[in-house]
Parts: sequence; C-alpha cells; structure tokens
Amino acid sequence: MPHNTVAVVGAAETSKLGVIPDMSQLQLHADAALNAMADCGLKPRDIDGVATAGETPVQTAHYLGITPTWVDGTSVGGCSFMIHVRHAAAAIEAGLAKTILVTHGESGRSGIGRIPRPVPASSLNGQFEQPFGPMGPPSLFPIPVLRYMKTYGVTHEQIAMVSVVQREWAAKNPRATFRNPITVEDVLNSRMIAYPFRLLQCCLVTDGGGALILTSAERAKDFPTKPVYIIGTGESVETPMVSQMESFTSSRAFSVAGPTAFREAGITHEDVDHLMIYDAFAHLPLFGLEDLGFVPRGEAGRFIAERNTAPGGKLPLNTNGGGLSYMHSGMYGMYALQESVRQMRGTAPAQIPGARISVCHGVGGMFAASGTIIFSNQEP
Amino acid sequence: MPEPGRALPQPTPETQHFWDGTQAGELLLQRCDECRHVYFPPRPFCPKCVSRKVTVFRASGKAILDSYVIHHRKVPGFEPPYAIAVVKLAEGPRMMTNIVECPQTPEALQLDMPLEVVFEKQTDTITLPFFRPARG
Repeated sequence: MPHNTVAVVGAAETSKLGVIPDMSQLQLHADAALNAMADCGLKPRDIDGVATAGETPVQTAHYLGITPTWVDGTSVGGCSFMIHVRHAAAAIEAGLAKTILVTHGESGRSGIGRIPRPVPASSLNGQFEQPFGPMGPPSLFPIPVLRYMKTYGVTHEQIAMVSVVQREWAAKNPRATFRNPITVEDVLNSRMIAYPFRLLQCCLVTDGGGALILTSAERAKDFPTKPVYIIGTGESVETPMVSQMESFTSSRAFSVAGPTAFREAGITHEDVDHLMIYDAFAHLPLFGLEDLGFVPRGEAGRFIAERNTAPGGKLPLNTNGGGLSYMHSGMYGMYALQESVRQMRGTAPAQIPGARISVCHGVGGMFAASGTIIFSNQEP
Repeated sequence: MPEPGRALPQPTPETQHFWDGTQAGELLLQRCDECRHVYFPPRPFCPKCVSRKVTVFRASGKAILDSYVIHHRKVPGFEPPYAIAVVKLAEGPRMMTNIVECPQTPEALQLDMPLEVVFEKQTDTITLPFFRPARG
C-alpha cells in the first residue's frame, strides 16, 4: 500500500535538549506536543489520534486533554516512533482518524519521572542473557561487531570514522550536545566501554522529546507549514535477545523494514538525497547502509571512511550529528524523524540544498525491532 | 552486607528441564521430531514448523566462539574487564555465556576458537553453563 496520501504538518522537539532537570518524562512529551501543535496552529481538540512509547497513550492523551478515536502504544524501543508514523498513515488512509499526534519524551539523563524498565529473572533475557553480565545496551548492542569486522576485514579505524564524520555534522547544529571536532585517534583513545567499542562510539545520554502531527495530504495544503509527504514505510521485529539474531553481520529486522519502505515508495537508492540511520552505537550506520542496500555487503566501513556520508559527500547521513553527537534520550528515533522533516522543509541547520527525498531508518532494542519511513517534499 | 552476586535465572515451566540439566552437568537442547530442527532457547514446540512433537537431548557441549565484547564497567558479581560472549554450539544454536579458564583479552579470545562447556554451581537450584578453550 503506497502511503503517498498522508503528510507531516506539525513537527517540533522540546524547547530545550540536553539536561532538563525541571521537567518530568511526561512533561517532556507535553512540551514537544505543545510545540508541534503551535507549529501547525492546532489545539488538543483538533487531534483525534494519539501514538506514543515510553508513556502510554492513556497518559499522554489525558495529560494533553485529547479525546482520541484511535490510539497506538507500540513500544519496541527507539524505532517505535517510525512504526507509529507507519501505523498513523495507515489509520488516516483507513479513516480511523484525521489528525494524529505522535509524541516522545524521555528524561534519559536526569531520570525525572522515568518509568523503570527492569529485566525480569523469569523472562528469556533474564534467564539466558542477564546471568552472563550485561548492563544495558553498551554491553549488548556491540556484541555482533567483532564478527562483522572479521567477516569483512573492517578495521577499527574505519569504524572510528563513523563518530568523526557525525561530529562534523554536529558542528553545524547549534542544538547538538557535542560540536568540537574529533579525530580517529581521539575515538580510539577514548575510554574503553565494551571492547571493541569506546566512549566516543556510544551514544549520549540526554533529556528531551519530540512530536509529530500527521494528516491527509489533501488537508495538509490548508496548514501554514510545508507538507512533508510519507511515501514509503516499513517495519519488522526479530528477537529480544541479541544472542539469538540470525546473523551477526546483518539485521533481519533492518532487511525487512528498509526494502519494504523502498518498494512502497517505488524509488531507487539513487533517488535518495538524505539519509538518517539511528546510531545508538557506531556500527548501526554500517549495518543500515548494507541492509538497506545503499552499499554492497562489507563495504559500509570503507564507504564512510572515504567520506561519502560526510558534509560534501554524495550521501549525507545523520546530518544532525546523530545519537553519537546530537542527543540521545534512550529512544532516539523521534530525533531522526525530526531531522528528516527539517531537511524536507528546507529548515535544517545543515540543510542539504534541493533535497527532495529523505530516508529515515530506526532500530529498537538491540537489533530487536526496526522501522523505516521515506519522506518527500514533492506533492503526490 | 555481602556484595550482591550476578543476576540469576528464574526458570519457567518451559525452561525448567534446561536448568535441571545444567545442575546434572548436561547441556540440554531440543530437536523437532518432524523437521529435525535443533533450537534454543527452550520452548515446547518447534519454532520452525510449530510441531509440538519435540525431544530434549544432551548436546555435545562443543562450540566455537562466535562473537563477544569485553565489558569494562562494574556489574554485580563480575570483576571487569570480562567477556560477554556468544558461542555457536556444534548442534547449531547460539547461546550467550562467559568464557572461563582463559585471559579476558582480545589476543586470547580469538573468534572461531573451539570451546567446551563447563558447569558452575551458583545456588542450590541454579547452575550456569560456561565455556572454556577446548582441551580435546
């Protein structure tokens, strides 16, 4: 089903990003939602659909004074928001709702009003992974990396370039947390976290939020903002346990979600002007570039090291600086979507001149889930 | 107060046989009687063909080192740096484990090195399967 009949008309992040100790997680959702409503001139009474993760749609709808006819509480990690956008587009096409609000807010750094996410000892993760010493994503997400490196002969220096290049993009973004340039040596000399990954190959931990408002492409023309059309979408899940991935050199969830979105959009890779690949850790852009078919297997490290994704390169990637330098609250997918929307509106700080198509690819959990959204600023 | 130890599993009805096996010094897997698929973690049906006719059997305990990280942060029950590893069992499935009787360094931990299972009692009801460099 091609989704070229739905558009993003409202988009905003929280007023502040970074360290926000004076806002709870729920208020971060609301702050972003109020900014998105102001962006397109809507009030809560104009919203009839609510999707969110982290909080439940019950919490956000009640807190914002919305009476929805459609809700989605899909919560599969950081790509939940890509999947919300996909579901929202389908819901609008099916007539289940007219105007849908997708919210994210997370007090990742300050931990204000944060909902704990324990791993029960009786869960499969609790029985077959936790006893062996993992402590959150930095200890689990990089587990496939050594196998990927050995399979394709990828070097530590090539992977370090992911962080270096994204810092170059971050330098162009006034709201990015880290903007000072770094070198491959800086990356490879930073504190070891979980070999082979060091501090500068792991995402930030910050506070923030973001929200999107979607409606039909037909109605979108009546809004004050430039419509950003949804032309392709995809989603999938694989496994809650990184140890049970089918392959350590590819993500099955990526390989389903990405190509599904491309087929829906009816575009080729040459049509893509701008790309976001959720980078909680430095290997994710490598897996994303390969699983989405932008480069042949094993070539992504060299592709990035040769500056193809850097400012001035042929495939601008993670132009906000990404989770490695811009911000990362825990479920970063919303910020990748926000940057794609800015690029399509022509309002990004590191704007790609003339960009018409943006691919936004997300991950959830440790390669557990994935969602892909393809945006265009061209009228359908 | 003693320092808290590592996180321990709490078996469910579907996994109890696996944890009974480790206590008895056996690494137990399941094989589908219909399609012969060998799988892990445990469940009372085949995840490939959904047959409920599955047989528990004792695995060889042989494996290779598939991938790992060497974790440098403090976790209850562990002395960093320590490897969190995934091994590929001779019978096919992968499992997370720790590598014992081996330096926790990139030089000593070579991908594809042959390993064998060892069992380490944690409590009266839980014994964990670890792997060490193969001696055979």
